[in-house]
Amino acid sequence: MTGRDRIFAKIRAGLGVTGHDQDRQAAAARRIAASRRHLTPDRVAGKSHEQHMQLLRGFLEGQCATVVEAASAKDVPRLVAKYLRDTNLPMRLKVGADGYLARLPWSTEPALELRHGRAEAGDEVGLSRAMAAVAETGTLVLASGADNPVTINFLPETHIVVIEASGVVGTYEDAWARVRERFGARAMPRTINMISGPSRTGDIGGKLVMGAHGPRRMCVVIVRA
Amino acid sequence: MKPTTTEFKANARVALDDAQLQRALAGLPGGLVAQRTAARARLPEFEALRDVGRDIRDHALAHLDLYLEEWERNATAAGATVHWAETAADARDAILAICQRAGARTVTKGKSMVSEEIALNGHLEAQGLEVVETDLGEYLVQIRGEVPSHIIAPAIHLTQDQVEADFRKRHTHLPKDRVLIEAATLVGEAREILREKFLAADVGITGANFLIAETGSTIIVTNEGNGDLTQSLAKVHIVITSIDRVVPTLEDVSSILRLLARSATGQEFSTYTTFSTGPRRSGDPDGPQACHIVVLDNGRSELLGSELREVLRCIRCGACMNHCPVYTAIGGHAYGWVYPGPIGAVLTPSLIGVKQAGHLPSASTFCGRCEQVCPMKIPLPKLMRHHRETEFDQGGLSWSYRKGLALWGWLALRPRLYHLASRFGIAALGAAGRRRGSFRRLPFATGWTRHREFPAPQGRTFQQLWAEHRAGLPR
Repeated sequence: MTGRDRIFAKIRAGLGVTGHDQDRQAAAARRIAASRRHLTPDRVAGKSHEQHMQLLRGFLEGQCATVVEAASAKDVPRLVAKYLRDTNLPMRLKVGADGYLARLPWSTEPALELRHGRAEAGDEVGLSRAMAAVAETGTLVLASGADNPVTINFLPETHIVVIEASGVVGTYEDAWARVRERFGARAMPRTINMISGPSRTGDIGGKLVMGAHGPRRMCVVIVRA
Repeated sequence: MKPTTTEFKANARVALDDAQLQRALAGLPGGLVAQRTAARARLPEFEALRDVGRDIRDHALAHLDLYLEEWERNATAAGATVHWAETAADARDAILAICQRAGARTVTKGKSMVSEEIALNGHLEAQGLEVVETDLGEYLVQIRGEVPSHIIAPAIHLTQDQVEADFRKRHTHLPKDRVLIEAATLVGEAREILREKFLAADVGITGANFLIAETGSTIIVTNEGNGDLTQSLAKVHIVITSIDRVVPTLEDVSSILRLLARSATGQEFSTYTTFSTGPRRSGDPDGPQACHIVVLDNGRSELLGSELREVLRCIRCGACMNHCPVYTAIGGHAYGWVYPGPIGAVLTPSLIGVKQAGHLPSASTFCGRCEQVCPMKIPLPKLMRHHRETEFDQGGLSWSYRKGLALWGWLALRPRLYHLASRFGIAALGAAGRRRGSFRRLPFATGWTRHREFPAPQGRTFQQLWAEHRAGLPR
């Protein structure tokens, strides 16, 4: 008998079950297949997309992120450049292979330099695309991979995240529906990062300090169309 | 970690006299407690969500074997290696073996209470590994040679002045005359030092707040992002977790996450909630090349069939300790083992026995605040009472304590005699103390009168007053 066998034997003894009980097995299988939603907050339930956009913006700003809105995708390079200039940051971005980001008209901002790949120690600004944003708490949902390497979310001191308005949803459950749509049922990328503002800590004397280990600042660009 | 739970009374006395500790703990009511109250007020569904959360956890525990199997299948399919550890020693050995196979020298760690439970750091260090805690609070505690005093705010017992002194003592490569007045400067110093460690690490170890059966994922929740750098930069990611962490679906965990941050820190949501599933995929430019998940039992499976099962619902938010009059008076170290506060008073005797930890559930007035704020509605006072009964049944407690309890029990079962005795006692005490209105010293009550005066009874018992009230007599 292995350690695993003994642990499962003790669990089953404690529960008074055998592990071959078909009713229990069916109940567990049904639960997983159903993706059943529980209570979701009124602050987003039945609200319009525009209300979700306003909530998202409000929560993100409350969580110390900067939020800018782009009327259309072609405005994104200009807004990114403006944010970097206004914040007195280098005009150099590290970005993954995301097709949407690659198609943006970066040539309109010649001062911006885009470097591609995962983030390294010296990278100061990272650019990512979120696959969804959850209005109920101002939370961005990023999926790792070659398109949006996970290190870009954490290593650079500044993180710029682009989210299309169509990716703005009410609840976490809505975001999971998008994840299942993209990766398939029961499948996940290596990492899903839910991010609600820049890194912070309260570990020294209970005082809130931004930029503990991850980004010190975050800029979210919401693309209207 | 070697428990000092048997020394609880002495530990508590030292803590009460520790002025520095008292200063640090004084921040709790205006901090985490007030923040939770505000977050709860912003979400009208909060109380209803507590019922949802409790039901999810109860369902998961009732089908624990099946969801663990499903989780294991999906985690393995995603490329993770799952290791089952019956005991703390099994878990330590499994982790050491993984580190040694990886040829590791430097190991970074995200915050994990299970790793404290299995005393992991010392075990790895004894084999020559450098182990670096990266959660800022954990780092502060590690450089002092201490253990966490709170499950989510490990350094809550320290003031900023102490941190400054520790950094000056420890970070000797930095200029002695540097200015460290601001908390932000201290955080910046730690950030730079730990960034080097993240980049140098061979193995990154994190805990897991939850396991998702549906997808085989593990979840961590942080505000600093340290757990993410820990698992994304090292070649090997090891997750140390326990069998009770599994929930069925992403929808289930979403409901619980709505309660976790609000109960813990009063945030709407923690800054980083990370779902990790296996190692990096083909084509991924980053992420760990291997992922190992060590799942610890260490006595939890035996609680499933006992009256203590409800304690396994715990999601480790820390709200019970923040609201506990005992914890906020003595801090976490006095509890003498990994889990302090009300949850510790239930979990510690459950895992290491009431013989070792019987003092913990006894150190409660049963005020019930812990149960009121617990997002999983764990009946903590009821479970503490269960431990007290077990301790009594096992013949623990002193002779005088047992005799006193037996006498009181005998009397309480005879209501008429009880009323008579209390009337007589109250009247006698009232007469003796009428002139001063209180007692400076009272036999059998020196534990009270040593610290404060004992008010003299006003002459009649509550039972008498109640009877008069019901008869409509004026007071």
